[in-house]
Amino acid sequence: MKLKNIVDLLNLEVRSGSDKLDVEVCGGYASDLMSDVIAHARERQLWITLQTHVNTAAVAGMKGLAGVILVQGREPEQDTVEKAGKEGITILVTKMPAFEIAGKLYNILNAEKV
Amino acid sequence: MTEVTKVQELVYELKLRDVMKKDVFSVAPGMQMSELREIFRTRRISGAPVLDGDRLAGIISIEDFIRWLSDGGKECRISEKMSKRVETFYSDDTLVHALNKMEAAGFGRFPIIDRQTGGMCGIVTKGNIIEALLKELEIDFHEEEIRRYRASHIFEDIRADKSTLIFQYRIAGELSEAGTTSSGLKTTLKRLGFHPDIVRRSAIIAYEAETNVLINAKEGKMVVRVEPAEIYMKIEDKGPGIPDVEKVMEPGFSTAPDWVRELGFGAGMGLPNIKKCSDKMVLNSTVGKGTCLEATVDIRQPQ
Ligand SMILES: Nc1ncnc2c1ncn2[C@@H]1O[C@H](COP(=O)(O)OP(=O)(O)OP(=O)(O)O)[C@@H](O)[C@H]1O
Ligand SMILES: [Mg+2]
Repeated sequence: MKLKNIVDLLNLEVRSGSDKLDVEVCGGYASDLMSDVIAHARERQLWITLQTHVNTAAVAGMKGLAGVILVQGREPEQDTVEKAGKEGITILVTKMPAFEIAGKLYNILNAEKV
Repeated sequence: MTEVTKVQELVYELKLRDVMKKDVFSVAPGMQMSELREIFRTRRISGAPVLDGDRLAGIISIEDFIRWLSDGGKECRISEKMSKRVETFYSDDTLVHALNKMEAAGFGRFPIIDRQTGGMCGIVTKGNIIEALLKELEIDFHEEEIRRYRASHIFEDIRADKSTLIFQYRIAGELSEAGTTSSGLKTTLKRLGFHPDIVRRSAIIAYEAETNVLINAKEGKMVVRVEPAEIYMKIEDKGPGIPDVEKVMEPGFSTAPDWVRELGFGAGMGLPNIKKCSDKMVLNSTVGKGTCLEATVDIRQPQ
C-alpha cells in the first residue's frame, strides 16, 4: 500500500517529506531502541516510535525506511524536521499510542494482502 | 531465469491502478446506437464503458454494434443493447489476480472500480499489463546493468599492480550528529556501485561504531579501505577504553548513562550488530588508552 493511503486511512499528520508519500510501504516496525531498529527494521517499513530527536531521522535514512510515525502526539524536534527534510525522510505524527497505531497499521497492511 | 522470477514478483507487487489506463473514453446510456458508428470509427476503439454519472452501467462493444446492425439497425438507446453483466476489477487488485481472471474469462478488457467510491476510475487490458511489466523490467535491468558495470570495472579500470581506495572520516561532535560519517560512507559506496547489501552492511557498521565513539570517547576517526576483495573499516578513538572486550560483545550489555538511553541508545546491540554485518571483526582496547575496532566486509560474494 502506498504511504499516502496509509496517511489518509490512519489520519496521520505529515511533518516532513510530504512529497515522498508515493512510496510503497511493505510493513512496520515498532521500537524505541536505535540499535534494535538498525538490526531488525527492513527497507520501506514504517517505524513506529516515541523518539523525536534527530537520530531518528539518521537511522530512518540509513535503513531506507518508508517513514517514521511519532506516537502519542509527540512532535519532532526542530533539527529532526530539518534533517528529515534534507534527506527526504517522511515524519508523521499521531495522537494514538504505539500499541494502537501498530494494531491499525498491521490490520490495513494485512487486509491488503488477501 | 532471473527475468522470470522478477516478473513473478512484479505481478504480485503491482496493483491495477499502477498499470490501468486512466482517461477512458466512455458513452452515456441514453445515447443512440447509431452514434456509435462515428465514435468507433474516429476513435479507433472496439468498445467503450457505458457510464451513468461515474457509475458503470455496462459495456458496449463493436460486436454489439454489428449485431444490432444485422438485426436491422432499428434506432434505440445504447442501454438496450449493451452488455450489463460486466466483469470488473478493483484498482487495488494485484496483477496476478487480474491475469488469472482474464485467463478464465477469455476476454481482455475490464473496467476498474475504485473500492472506496464505487465509481469507475480506469480500464485495463492485457496490453496495459504487459506494457507496464516491460517498463518495470527495463528500469530494473538498466539499474542492474549500471551496478554491474561500476562494481566490476572500478578496479579493472585502474592500471596498477595493487589498487586500494582509502577514505578517511573524522568522528566528532554531539550525539545528535551521529550518522554523518556513516551516511557519507554509504553515499560513496553507492556511487562506486556496490551491491545494496554490501552498502547496507557497511553503513550499519559505520553507524554503530560512530555512535559508540561519540558516546564513549567523544571523538575518533574512521578509515575505510576499499580493495578488490573487501571493504576494510578501522574505527579508532583515544577514549577510556574497554576493560573486558568479550563482555561488551554480549547482546544487551551496555554501560550507557541515562541521558544516552533516553535517546534510544544503550540497548547493548551495537557491537553485536557490527559483528552480524561483518565477515570479520576484531575489537582491541586498552583501558586509559583507547579503542580500535576493525571490521571487514567481503565484496566478492554478496549474500
Ligand atoms: N569506543 C568505545 N569506547 C569505550 N567503550 C565502548 C566503546 N564502544 C563500546 N563500548 C562499550 O561497550 C558497550 C556495548 O556497546 P554496544 O554498542 O554493543 O552497546 P551500546 O552502545 O551500549 O548500546 P546500543 O549500541 O545498542 O545503542 C558500551 O555500553 C560501552 O560500555
Ligand atoms: Mg552502541
